[in-house]
Amino acid sequence: MPIKSMRDAINDALHLEMARDPSIIVLGEDVSGGAGGTSGEREASGGIFGVTKGLLPRFGDHRVIDTPISESAIIGAAGGAALAGLRPVAELMFADFVGVSLDQIFNQLAKFRYMFGGKTNCPAVIRLAMGAGMNMGAQHSQTMYSMLTSVPGLKVVIPSNAYDAKGLMITALRGNDPVLFFEHKALYPRKGEVPDGAYTIPFGEASLVREGEHVTVVALARMVPFAEKAVDALAKEGITCDLIDPRTTSPMDEDTILESIENTGRLVVVDESNPRCSVASDIAGMVAARGFHSLKAPVQLVTAPHTPVPFARELERAYVPSPTRIEAAIRAVMKD
Amino acid sequence: MATPPIHPTTLAPLTREQLLRAYRQMKTIREFEERLHVEIQTGEIPGFTHLYSGQEAVAVGVCELLSDADYIVSTHRGHGHCIAKGCDVVGMMKEIYGRHDGLCKGKGGSMHIADFDKGMLGANGIVGGGQPLAVGAAIACRNRGDGTVSIAFGGDGSSNQGTVFEAMNLAVVLKVPALFVWENNGYGEHTGADYSVGSRDIAGRCRGFGMPAEVCDGSDFFAVFETMGRMVSRARAGQGPAAVEARITRFFGHFEGDPQLYRAKDETKRLRESMDCLKIFRARVTAEGWLEAGELDAIDSEVLALIDRAVAEARASSPPAEAELYADVYAEY
Repeated sequence: MPIKSMRDAINDALHLEMARDPSIIVLGEDVSGGAGGTSGEREASGGIFGVTKGLLPRFGDHRVIDTPISESAIIGAAGGAALAGLRPVAELMFADFVGVSLDQIFNQLAKFRYMFGGKTNCPAVIRLAMGAGMNMGAQHSQTMYSMLTSVPGLKVVIPSNAYDAKGLMITALRGNDPVLFFEHKALYPRKGEVPDGAYTIPFGEASLVREGEHVTVVALARMVPFAEKAVDALAKEGITCDLIDPRTTSPMDEDTILESIENTGRLVVVDESNPRCSVASDIAGMVAARGFHSLKAPVQLVTAPHTPVPFARELERAYVPSPTRIEAAIRAVMKD
Repeated sequence: MATPPIHPTTLAPLTREQLLRAYRQMKTIREFEERLHVEIQTGEIPGFTHLYSGQEAVAVGVCELLSDADYIVSTHRGHGHCIAKGCDVVGMMKEIYGRHDGLCKGKGGSMHIADFDKGMLGANGIVGGGQPLAVGAAIACRNRGDGTVSIAFGGDGSSNQGTVFEAMNLAVVLKVPALFVWENNGYGEHTGADYSVGSRDIAGRCRGFGMPAEVCDGSDFFAVFETMGRMVSRARAGQGPAAVEARITRFFGHFEGDPQLYRAKDETKRLRESMDCLKIFRARVTAEGWLEAGELDAIDSEVLALIDRAVAEARASSPPAEAELYADVYAEY
């Protein structure tokens, strides 16, 4: 099986699907790069994280569209193009920039199908690079998915590895709803086995990353490899965990989490978001409502604190949930 | 069965049938809105409504240049655009009454009417929300290469929105067939455009983005049709975006129930006498001998009957079933 980074896996998905479906277009800031300027060299960028590399030379500038730095126009154009029969993939670059395009996301794209009585679909995929860990400061490091998971009409995808990223992206590109596709920046170089051909992974189906009997650990994105470390370390002491990666937070695979808790009775949720109104608190609330009688101990939440993302290395390390904190939370939930 | 043109416009000659149709469309919008103004006071119509009376020549002057394959994106004051683009009047009335068989199953309401078969991509409750969407639809037009265009309607209010500036710049950068129609009716909500539009020159702003822009009298169907005709033709020929600022007025308030304290006492009465596009159209076509007054009177009667029927059917219809609350959030979930 070929070994690929998550960056290349998503790039693979875009190449395969754009070749298969001529209605797919890609637009955003520097998705190719090099338009205008003095060198005349096209594809000077291929996406600031290299995810859209090779698309412009292959598919041309009517389908791979460099835009000005105009997030509302990018997302709005994606929405309008989707209503007019295209399948746009809009790159928002940093997830933090969702702020300057939010109306188009939650008032427009998310609501078209519903408020127009089901007479249209809005098959737009919005790619957002998210997450802390690279000292990019308070406006280039947030996760943002918790806020957007609360919006009806949007699907929210948060892959934790290269294999899932490719399959989930292909599902997004073949679907008929607006999808927010969150890519953790620190995971772009992370490699895994990825087949060359196309395959899909359904939304709303969690992945069981580890199987165990004592604790259920739910983690997302970069928190999955962090949780793997903690879970594997504890396994050596005889504490074994179900490690569940929901992969999508809308739809959310509640049943897999509830079934696991029926066996373990203990829950740790690991989420890089700020804690209030987060995916972590959402899962804890869901389990309190639907799985309370299975619980043997209070739920442990491992999240970022209720602060902006700090800049200094030491502070940012303290901000991001670590394998050590996850391990401590698993031990804590085992005490009761 | 095309008949020879009788009104020699510069770009798009109008036949008798086209003139009759334009009048019928404007009259339908007027009576739809005037009737809503009355019916809203009964309390039967939920929510709040923004009426288009007074601006009919803009919607119709623009949309008579379009086919179902062309797109429009509308605003919160969207009934006129919907009718002008061919949306079913009875279905619209039912939608505004919140009925199950409304154009959007009663789930959109006055501000969210769309009809994709007619190229009507939706009214919009967000001021400045539609212009970026129109640019996206224009990308689809360009990529299809079939000469279709995409029109964004907006008012003096949305001309001040940042989203609109982004959209106009993107349209120029990509050279897509997006056209920006500005209906400057003098007021954004309860504030004068002479206050809120800093430069007092919306067309000038558009030129600043690098597109041609012209000003026309929005109460004159022929002025709108000809000015917009030039812009549509160049966009169809691949020459990129353009804008038209139509100076116009609205005969009602921002929304129904607006006491309009920001307007001089006799302003709307005066404007109904001097800037009524229907009167202006009728005077011109009868004076030129293009149409007979009797033909227009006959249309008036037919339109009134249609609006009567729309209201009667809307009142007699039923609300959506409760299960509809959960339907169509997603294509699949």
